[in-house]
Amino acid sequence: MIKRLKTYDANCIGCLSCTHVCSYLYFKEENPDKSSIQVEDRPDGTFHLVTCDQTCRLCVAECPTMAISVSSQGVVMINRNLCIHCLACVAVCPIQAMRSHPDLLVPFKCIACGQCAKQCPSQALEIITEEARG
Amino acid sequence: MTHDVLKEYRYQLKPVVRGYNHRTLYVNLSNGEIREKPVSEEMRKKFIGGKGFDLKLMWDATRETTQWDDPENEINIAMGPIAGNTNYPGSGKSIVTTISPATRIPVDCNVGGHFGPYLKFSGFDALEIQGKADRETLLYIDGDQGLVQILLAGEIPSDSHLLTEQLTEHFAKDEREKQHLSIVSAGRGAEHTWIGCLNFSYYDKRRKAMRLKQAGRGGTGTVFRDKKLKALVVKFSSLKGDSNHPADLKTVQETGLRLHREILALDDEQCRMRRQGTAHLVEVMNDYDLLPVMNFRYGSHPEGNKLASWVWEKRFTQNIPDGCWFGCTLSCAHAVDNFEPKTGPYAGQKVMIDGPEYETVAGCGSNPSIFDPEAVLEINFYCDTYGIDTISFGTITAFVMDCYQNGILNRERTGGLEFTWGNWRVACEMLHQMARGEGFGLVAGKGVRWMKAYFVKEYGADAGFLDDIGMEGKGLEQSEYQSKESLAQQGGYYMTNKGPQHDEAWLIFMDMVNNRLPTFEAKAEALHYFPLFRTWFGLQGLCKLPWNDIEPADNAQQAEPNKVPEHVQNYLDLYTAITGESIDKTEMIRQSERVYNFQRVFNLRLGHGKRIDDHPPYRAVGPVTVEEYESRVERYDKQLKEQVGVDPADRSTEEKLVILRKFRLDQYEQLLDAVYGRRGWTPDGVPTPEHLTAIGMDLPEVLALVSKHLR
Repeated sequence: MIKRLKTYDANCIGCLSCTHVCSYLYFKEENPDKSSIQVEDRPDGTFHLVTCDQTCRLCVAECPTMAISVSSQGVVMINRNLCIHCLACVAVCPIQAMRSHPDLLVPFKCIACGQCAKQCPSQALEIITEEARG
Repeated sequence: MTHDVLKEYRYQLKPVVRGYNHRTLYVNLSNGEIREKPVSEEMRKKFIGGKGFDLKLMWDATRETTQWDDPENEINIAMGPIAGNTNYPGSGKSIVTTISPATRIPVDCNVGGHFGPYLKFSGFDALEIQGKADRETLLYIDGDQGLVQILLAGEIPSDSHLLTEQLTEHFAKDEREKQHLSIVSAGRGAEHTWIGCLNFSYYDKRRKAMRLKQAGRGGTGTVFRDKKLKALVVKFSSLKGDSNHPADLKTVQETGLRLHREILALDDEQCRMRRQGTAHLVEVMNDYDLLPVMNFRYGSHPEGNKLASWVWEKRFTQNIPDGCWFGCTLSCAHAVDNFEPKTGPYAGQKVMIDGPEYETVAGCGSNPSIFDPEAVLEINFYCDTYGIDTISFGTITAFVMDCYQNGILNRERTGGLEFTWGNWRVACEMLHQMARGEGFGLVAGKGVRWMKAYFVKEYGADAGFLDDIGMEGKGLEQSEYQSKESLAQQGGYYMTNKGPQHDEAWLIFMDMVNNRLPTFEAKAEALHYFPLFRTWFGLQGLCKLPWNDIEPADNAQQAEPNKVPEHVQNYLDLYTAITGESIDKTEMIRQSERVYNFQRVFNLRLGHGKRIDDHPPYRAVGPVTVEEYESRVERYDKQLKEQVGVDPADRSTEEKLVILRKFRLDQYEQLLDAVYGRRGWTPDGVPTPEHLTAIGMDLPEVLALVSKHLR
């Protein structure tokens, strides 16, 4: 099983409620740069939501200390105590969903907690549980 | 297993400040003295770190008369200010120096594994080991507690793969602590030869096994065992991305992240280091006539591709991050799992092998004409666990086979070993003899230079011929590239400080293939710049590979693509971000130049380091035999015609050999003049006081020493 945050770009209104709740929950500040969900502006005025789909697991394979693993719910998690802050996981992520910030040593990512989905006013975010693909 | 404590020293734990501890650790195994030494501001400015610190400490501790096996000789291990950061690929190197048994001058090796960074974060910029123990000894450094102990080794295995596993089990409280340990060891082969190497370990969490990286060249392991050192152990548990306490962490992170991304995007289409390591070079060298074959007679072989990269890619266990230090996404340190040796004490057991890297494939494969990858793996495994340098072993084996074919050696003289080309079982038996300390292994283990003199004295061999085919310089066996067609690379090998190792300059493609160094002046400039640029890695604790084994996509469009300007800028940014001191490209080279010249003067102090010491064996320069000439007759005839102005028609090969030899050796002498001039040295190869003063290597004892050598 994989628990993940599913995104619906067409519903997003770009209000940044999700980035605020995410960064505040984990870093106690409303700062989109410290959010595990990213809202990208598109030239046509629409938005693209970026977050980990918990599926590709390239970061799990790349981590030299095996600090990144998959939980029993199918969520890719970072063990802060094992991380040595090389940021190879950030580099290997194909959609920049593994994130880092100069204030922080440990990278961060979506762990499908669902708080952003609760705050979203336009049903652009949803926590789902699905069968692992492949 | 217990290890009795012979001496103990407690020190105050202090954080690293901007890449430096400002202190080093001194241990004397003769009298058990352990103490800290402060790093003066002058030492830091003039010597920077890494090899610079190693050599400075060794200079102060030794004399003009110091021999490799004197108690006062040292083994020094230092890192450098950039070392240990986990962001920039290739930042985990230790630099080892000692006065070499092979060359009798300082040798320096740049080695991976976790020992250096853990030693640094335990509190020391360098470890200086002097003296000789009277019993088998361990040195334990606990960077968590601030504790240094000299311990009795007791009954532990000598072979590195077993020793490392056993000591790791002993010093790690649990599985998790294994990652926080690193062990340095040699092996049985290092006890009986002059080509002993050191194995630096790191714990491979996925394989649940200790990996080994080698400080290979010049007999570091031999000196280690001569001191009755069985192992060094370091423990450090709290590695972080900011353990260096850099002045500007953001820049360190961003610079590292940029290179990670570059590697992940481009490595598959460039060097495939992540899949093949340096073994990707084999088929390229074979195609360009640069792969050593039959003791460097030839540069390619029809069977060369039996050792090609795709063979190794299949043998290496894939999809495991194989960096030898954290954060190295270039990840070239590959391993073969579940290998079963066919010979020796581990025949039939399943073992893991680190490598092989290009040098091992070419040295232990093509050079002695062993085109069997399984045999190369077997030699690689035993060399590592016995603590034997694969490069010297390969070049020695090829030399011995050449001597055998030429009748200088025979079964009687080798104790029954038939050294026919490609006979890998005989090569393995010689290796086992080195480990056991018996038979012909004891002769070969002293290296090519020693063997040449021995064969002349004992067997009346032709000294001139042996000097031509014995591929060593300064006493060090040449590493595994054919240099005949690149004058610049002949200089790159034989105008080095420590002997013919490719880590100072690799100019073959620039010179021979791309013809970017057409004049003596251009070659001299390259032989000034590149050895100094590469020396900088050794001052900082960096690996060379992420400099140009991965290149930015637009590198070819840059003004000087061979320098990889974007990566040079990365290094400058990294240095400034960690130390807080801004430097430019000129100062970068100047930092190296001070240490490079210091090492040259160190050679002088030990009675070497002049023009006479910078000469190659002729086989590194041109064809020695009729057979070699005729194998590339068009190339050599063309050179006679176009460059020497001699018509090859109607001349015998013997005549042409003589003319070509005179021409090529004369070219080498002209190159020496040009390089010495560019380097600020006299025609005899001695750095002038004016030059030393201009670059800031003006220590009174250094100036006094060179003045003795100036005519």
